[in-house]
Amino acid sequence: MIISRLVAGRSPVVRLAFLVVGLVLAFGLPWMIYPPVALDIAAWALFAVALDLLLGYTGLLSFGHAAFWGSSAYATGIIAVETGMPFYVAVLGGAVVAALIAVPIAMLSVRRTGIYFAMVTLAFAQLIYFVANQWRSVTGGENGLQGIPREAFGWDLADSFYFYYAALPLILVGLLIAWRVVYSPFGRVMVAIRENPARARALGYPVNRYKVQVFVISAFLAGIAGGVYAVGHGFASLQEVYWTTSGKVVVMNILGGMGTLWGPVLGAGIIVVLEDYLATAGIDAIGVVTGAIFVVTVLVFRRGIWGTAKHLLRSRRPSVPEADPQAEKPKSAAEPQPH
Amino acid sequence: MELVLQLFNGLVSGSFYALLALGLSVIFGMLGVVNFAHGAFYMLGAVGAFVLLDTVGLSWWLALVVVPVVLGLVGMVFERLLVARLVRLDPLYNFLLTFGIALILQDVVRLRYGVQSQPYSRPELLDGQVNLGLFVYPKYQVFVLVFSVVVSVLVWLVLTKTRVGMIVRASTERPELTRALGIDVRRWVTPVFGFGIALAGLAGVLAAPMRAVNSGMGGDLIITIFAVVVIGGLGSVFGSVAAGYLVGMLSAVGNLYASAFSQSLVFVLMALVLLLRPAGLFGREEGVRA
Repeated sequence: MIISRLVAGRSPVVRLAFLVVGLVLAFGLPWMIYPPVALDIAAWALFAVALDLLLGYTGLLSFGHAAFWGSSAYATGIIAVETGMPFYVAVLGGAVVAALIAVPIAMLSVRRTGIYFAMVTLAFAQLIYFVANQWRSVTGGENGLQGIPREAFGWDLADSFYFYYAALPLILVGLLIAWRVVYSPFGRVMVAIRENPARARALGYPVNRYKVQVFVISAFLAGIAGGVYAVGHGFASLQEVYWTTSGKVVVMNILGGMGTLWGPVLGAGIIVVLEDYLATAGIDAIGVVTGAIFVVTVLVFRRGIWGTAKHLLRSRRPSVPEADPQAEKPKSAAEPQPH
Repeated sequence: MELVLQLFNGLVSGSFYALLALGLSVIFGMLGVVNFAHGAFYMLGAVGAFVLLDTVGLSWWLALVVVPVVLGLVGMVFERLLVARLVRLDPLYNFLLTFGIALILQDVVRLRYGVQSQPYSRPELLDGQVNLGLFVYPKYQVFVLVFSVVVSVLVWLVLTKTRVGMIVRASTERPELTRALGIDVRRWVTPVFGFGIALAGLAGVLAAPMRAVNSGMGGDLIITIFAVVVIGGLGSVFGSVAAGYLVGMLSAVGNLYASAFSQSLVFVLMALVLLLRPAGLFGREEGVRA
């Protein structure tokens, strides 16, 4: 009973308890694991939550989010290298660039829904990839953008342990924005659009405008994550805009549990730690492992870890309806194209 | 002159787009599934031809028959064991499932054969050049173009002129009504899936002598194919094939005038189509399932 209240609970005390545990973990992470890995977890966690705003809360599978993570990684790097400004400015600048790139992509992509939306976003991300590959004078092409400085007010950030704490506020602010979006009236409209787009439109909400807004917010947050990642690693490479990166952030969502805020964070932690373990153990089969996680999760575990825990332990009706992936949606019930 | 030659080059590379888009479209029509692993099966077709030549000395001509048949059977097993379990859910789950399968297949081949490309020489009969009047062209490339057109036309004839094709089209457009008329739609799902996979394998075998044979050859290609079917209209078999050749020619012409951007042109065209005709050039609103 206590556990069920803990997981499914809506009481402020329980929420606060979760928040405290989360913050303790966030601040204690570099003591528990290798600090560069801790930084990767933080960056990917924000990236995964950013995608969840679209995938879990609005019901739109973007399979091209590497475009925003990656374009911000490059933009952040260029700003940091060229101006030498504190990395906070560079990361915010990178995130703005990602959001600007997201505007036209979002406006075109929302013209299709469902599976088409996934294909179209994937294709646009591939366009960004080809541009990054060809525009060598700016991105360094296949060599990537090297030597991004960890500069901030003359602090000594060479040690990843200290850089983690310098970068953590950016990640936490990003997560706070996501949390504010989800639990705002705007967030309720997102869920309404996911549950029944036709009804949301009938109620007078401009569905496509909302979708574009969520998409751009999501790209901005993915941009913050990508910028922090680039500064942390000191370089931005084509890997950051490649489709495997888009796939990786999707698997974090479905493994952890989309449509929850803690799920993607958990999924990011598991995937990053797993990849680090495989690399350390010299097992070079990340594609097989990631692919197997996709297959198993989708076949038997569609709510993900956090979603399953919530579902099993729920005692009361949630105030925000959950995405229930177990529910059978007949294909013919798909939304007609708006015109 | 140079332009005509480039257009012809475009038709040849468009042959691969067309065959892959055709298989993707047929599968989507019958099952409502977008098969992300389509590029991986194309890669398996090429690698399969290489492995059979390397181990048992199977000629390219025999591989052209054997590999698609075997992959088609593998596809049918894949459909029965995995895809069928999710087919009644939101189509996104099968998209994610086939994405996972694509990652696994690609990585397994990489682990076994590395990332470097395997050599595969042209069959003797198709080696050398042929004079096409306007220009001299490699025989093999001409064969690929003719072969892909013949296959596309055959598939179109089967779909429009035969009883099987009628059933498949009816099940695609109105599954419930077709069932109500006493036709067992489910019976056709697995064979159609296998057929689509076989087409991808066929494209792979065709690609082996002229493209780099390696584990990554299908990964980027499948995304281009997605753009192709969005341009053509995924519900439309004719549209997918036409868009395949169109995109091939567009990229080739782009290569002539702005080679750096030729790979990007397909995505720009997709953006334009989304802007002006969201259902695709040959798609109909009604036939499109989002």
